[in-house]
Amino acid sequence: MTDAPAITRGDAPILEIDRISVHFPLAGGGWFSGPAPMLRAVENVSLAIRPGETLALVGESGSGKSTLGQVVAGLREPTLGTLKFHGVPMGKAEWRAARKAIQIVFQDPFSALDPRMPVSDLITEPLKIQRIGSAAERRERAASLVAQVGLPLDALNRYPHEFSGGQRQRIAIARALAPDPSLIVADEPLSALDVSIQSQVLNLMKGIQEDRGLSYLFISHDLAVVNHLADRVAVLYLGRLVELAERASLFAQPSHPYTAALLDAVPRIGRGRRRRGRSLSGEMPSPLNPPPGCVFHTRCPKVQAICKTTPPMLEAAPGRPTHLAACHFKE
Amino acid sequence: MSVATPLLQVTDLTVGFRIDGQVRKPVQGISYSLDAGRTLGVVGESGCGKSLTALALLGLIPAPGQVTGSVRFAGAELIGQPEAAWRDLRGNRVAMVFQEPMTALNPVMPIGTQIAEVMVLHQSLAWPEARDAAIGLLEAVGISSPRQRAASYPHQLSGGMRQRAMIAMALACRPALLVADEPTTALDVTIQAQIIELMQELQSEIGMAIQFISHNLAVVSELADEIVVMYAGRIVERAPAATLFDRPAHPYTKGLIATLPDPDRRQARLPVIQGGVPRIDAFAVGCRFAERCPLADAHCRSVEPTLDPLEPEHWAACFKAGQ
Repeated sequence: MTDAPAITRGDAPILEIDRISVHFPLAGGGWFSGPAPMLRAVENVSLAIRPGETLALVGESGSGKSTLGQVVAGLREPTLGTLKFHGVPMGKAEWRAARKAIQIVFQDPFSALDPRMPVSDLITEPLKIQRIGSAAERRERAASLVAQVGLPLDALNRYPHEFSGGQRQRIAIARALAPDPSLIVADEPLSALDVSIQSQVLNLMKGIQEDRGLSYLFISHDLAVVNHLADRVAVLYLGRLVELAERASLFAQPSHPYTAALLDAVPRIGRGRRRRGRSLSGEMPSPLNPPPGCVFHTRCPKVQAICKTTPPMLEAAPGRPTHLAACHFKE
Repeated sequence: MSVATPLLQVTDLTVGFRIDGQVRKPVQGISYSLDAGRTLGVVGESGCGKSLTALALLGLIPAPGQVTGSVRFAGAELIGQPEAAWRDLRGNRVAMVFQEPMTALNPVMPIGTQIAEVMVLHQSLAWPEARDAAIGLLEAVGISSPRQRAASYPHQLSGGMRQRAMIAMALACRPALLVADEPTTALDVTIQAQIIELMQELQSEIGMAIQFISHNLAVVSELADEIVVMYAGRIVERAPAATLFDRPAHPYTKGLIATLPDPDRRQARLPVIQGGVPRIDAFAVGCRFAERCPLADAHCRSVEPTLDPLEPEHWAACFKAGQ
């Protein structure tokens, strides 16, 4: 995979990542044993996020989607590649100023909130650190945020353990909203919640986006949820970007066989008992030892000889200039 | 329902705990039956009593908890039987698969040994035979190079492989009933699909009945013959799967179906069920779902509805059923 063709439609992107790779050297390297094995979590990924849009980052566990999310949120430095925020390449000094504009919401609302802090402190802490507003202003901000995420005002004086999972995720969202960010990285924000509660939080996130015009990088393994929130979808497999497309185009006709398999795996009502032998076989190979050629070829139903030797490039699908896929036999 | 005695007949099952001097009942008056070779789906949100019901079936409710009612398995009453009888049954004729295999497996024992142990204990196999049988089981649940994998510890396996190992262990004695409590919730959708297919294959091979517990109706729809919907400790609806999705009668069931995001259809706003499951010390006097129900009226808030038949094999506990 090489450079993704630049996407120029619409507004200038608020965030661009260009050929980002993240490698982790593992323990074990030394004088006698040679270089440490290298875990390639993210490999040469280029993406852009536009103002007010939701870009979904989709893939199985181990696809590198959370690592990429951490890079976008400034929590992890990429090994290679550049990240631009509002057109400015980001270094240490730039991050300090941009930190409040890019916030993150984590998967597990139980471990993401300090159990010893009341909700009011949890929400105002990022403001305090950024030295935004006076104490009184911050209190006022916390009160209005709690109302915005649909919690009662008295929630401010309570502690995280007094809330259900869905309510805690609302608190985490209120906290992320406090510094008035222009981008929120949401890393599997729904997967710890019951399905019935997921829809409440999804609607909340959508409403907030409509009110504030902020962008989301929405990380999820569940395509059913992604279909309701995303404008565009990026599919990662073993750290590589394998498909990038508008939501409608991707769901109507996935181009990459991996995306098609992900879509087929989503449980649906009304299909009756699962048809045998349709699900994707095997598991994702280890990123320590990725297969040669197309990294998906070991599980691919369409695999041919070329797939085992030549990695496919991320290119437009036939007749769909903005629908990119990295597959020799893309739809 | 078949005319013959069902494999599992649960009648008026209640689990009670004494909390602050009062007996609270997180599971109350549950009745259902399950025939051999069939799959029962149990759905409801967290805190509705699904897992406690399953634990009660296996005699695993911890000491201060009280289990009343009747659980007849293959004709024999389980409630009140001595602990030794439970131990004979568990892992043998009745097996369980839990949501988090990392906490259910022994972290300091190779998985092959854990699976073999079940057969040594219940089927009096010698260790070498049991070890070979364990390798065969790992192969049957789709683990590649089972001989090497048998020597792995749980932390060396992926989540999907751990769940397969759990299933291999549960099936070691070819149980008549498998209770699976959210077995796929911690897994990726691709691995979830694999595990559901695996369970169905093994079911048709062994002929066991499955009680499959999940908060996700779409997952349950992929394998259940019949579905029980639980809310706040009560069964609120029970029907064959096709009937339940075609003609859901209880507003809670309708809500659970409506709130599922559909990958084939995008909606501007997803329907929601407002609020959450009440705490165990705050069950309402009338219908426990009334405070979240769009149809509730004064009658619903004062009298608790009973589970009544609407049509053959379809029951609902709602005064407004079908509206």
